[in-house]
Amino acid sequence: MLKFILRRFALLVPTFLGITIVAFGFVRILPGDPVLLMAGERGLTPERYQRLLEEFGYNRPLWQQYIDYLGDLLRGDFGNSFVTKQPVLSEFFTLFPATVELSVCAMVIAIIVGIPAGIVAASKRGSFWDQSIMGTALVGYSMPIFWWGLLLIIVFSGWLGWTPISGRISLVYFFQAKTGFMLIDSLLSGQDGAFLSALRHLILPSLVLATIPLAVIARQTRSAMLEVLGEDYVRTARAKGLSTRRVVGLHALRNAMIPVITVIGLSVGTLLAGAILTETIFSWPGIGKWMVHSISRRDYQVVQGGLLLIAVIVMVVNLLVDMAYGLINPRIRHN
Amino acid sequence: MTHLLDIRKLCIDFQSASGLFRAVDSIDMHCDSGEILAIVGESGSGKSVAMLAMMGLLPWNAKISAERMLFDGHDLLGLNKRERRRIIGKDIGMIFQEPMSSLNPCFTVGFQIGESLRLHLGLKGARKRERSIALLRQVGIPAPETRLSAFPHQLSGGMCQRVMIAMVLASNPKLLIADEPTTALDVTIQAQILELLLSLQREKDMALILITHDMGVVAETAERVQVQYAGQKVEEQNVRSLFSAPRHPYTAALLASLPERARTRGKLPSIVGVVPGQFDRPPACLFAPRCAQAKSVCNENVRQQGAAHGHALCNFPLEYTK
Repeated sequence: MLKFILRRFALLVPTFLGITIVAFGFVRILPGDPVLLMAGERGLTPERYQRLLEEFGYNRPLWQQYIDYLGDLLRGDFGNSFVTKQPVLSEFFTLFPATVELSVCAMVIAIIVGIPAGIVAASKRGSFWDQSIMGTALVGYSMPIFWWGLLLIIVFSGWLGWTPISGRISLVYFFQAKTGFMLIDSLLSGQDGAFLSALRHLILPSLVLATIPLAVIARQTRSAMLEVLGEDYVRTARAKGLSTRRVVGLHALRNAMIPVITVIGLSVGTLLAGAILTETIFSWPGIGKWMVHSISRRDYQVVQGGLLLIAVIVMVVNLLVDMAYGLINPRIRHN
Repeated sequence: MTHLLDIRKLCIDFQSASGLFRAVDSIDMHCDSGEILAIVGESGSGKSVAMLAMMGLLPWNAKISAERMLFDGHDLLGLNKRERRRIIGKDIGMIFQEPMSSLNPCFTVGFQIGESLRLHLGLKGARKRERSIALLRQVGIPAPETRLSAFPHQLSGGMCQRVMIAMVLASNPKLLIADEPTTALDVTIQAQILELLLSLQREKDMALILITHDMGVVAETAERVQVQYAGQKVEEQNVRSLFSAPRHPYTAALLASLPERARTRGKLPSIVGVVPGQFDRPPACLFAPRCAQAKSVCNENVRQQGAAHGHALCNFPLEYTK
């Protein structure tokens, strides 16, 4: 198992290098001169333009710029935002907890609804339940996120008035962020109703963000369960006289979880991409919204750094998923 | 006298896209404690299906009916799922053809045996572990203490079958059904597993139903043999008289096609034709199209003979002069 983890760790290095090349190249390919963009509408004298080019190192060959960029990265320097002049890294980590909070809630919803839905569909194959669950999943999967989000806002916030339209917490509450996670901070603040307000703000965006992963997880669970339920060892478990609940929920599910875990891992990438739209719709102050703003402001340092950081997170999550594999499937652990 | 297992006129139909398919056609079967019954027949003759039906392990598209299905005084037909589970796995154990895939790859051997011990005997903790080790030792697994934490993929096929046997023995069953237990194993291992099953059967005075298509296995192990063809029981005799005086032409042809019994050099005798399928079932005797003795009457009706003629389902059972 240790060897397995070490090997997976070693594989991270080339993946990381690949991502740096993409992030670095992406910004260079974009049309427009970053120095001119920074200068804004007033323009620059040729001497000042030259000085700025040298200051940022943009006059040197690309490969040298790339090496410098790598060196900076290794020292933890992701560059500074052109707009705010703040380090990209610190901006990222100020906003990151909001995205994590949203994504974790969405994932929890997707898993605790998706897996049981898939199990029910598989064990009642072909029934009314199976067809309605799979039909709903297909609709959910095909729904454009921005449209689905707006629809929910109209119905639940507009017509019914059950949930707030946007933001993370009602403006009447104010407290210092301790963890960056609003649910935890609101609890720690001890203010009456703060937690409830945070929770109410979280519901709609989490639901919207959860929709696609939920649909994928439900469908994957169903097909994996259908396959596993026909296996010899499931018959053995039944022949032992175990209850259906134990046969399906333990003997079959444990085996069916292997492909489902893969899908959950892959969904994390989708989730972060979905967060960009969801956060924009709900004005959720996370990295998704930050990235969208930076793109529209041509803040290339932020786009480059943010891209890299998001990619690293997806990478780490996939590593964790691979490790979870080993825990669930002894055949992987021992090979 | 009442039998441990007593089945009368068991019929099983499968609902398929092309209509009902009859897999088992009014089969009678009985088995007593301490007895070894072999069920022989080729693939698709309904050997396993009949046993799976008794265990309640058939998929939902199987329609089961029987005049009687008694086990140890319980009417298996009238039981609901929960009541049936109290008998299945406890008083009736079943092992299967593919030992490697019959054990759950995600759980250790110890867990899978312990599950039976806890469910049927209520054992927990150290006592459960002790009993598991004893069971593994009983089925001839070396170093049982360390094997408890092994996963099925770390064991050979023979070892897996031993674990399956240990798992089934955990609850001291009155009846053990072995569905082609040695088919997937090496020849040398086959003999060991059969020997193990026989010694356990004697030791515990269990009833053993051995499903097989291997006449050699039958000759070595069984006391009474039941021959099945296309879902019907065509003959039933004790093993010695079955081999010396088969009454049904199908049994005779099966025995004649054994390499060990071939009387002539050259081509091995075989049975022409194939088992009838869903759409070409003969009207009366199912074996008639392939039978050398068949006469026109065999396509009109077929008679069940008495014990003297091995209960053969045949109008013209083979006669032997002493």
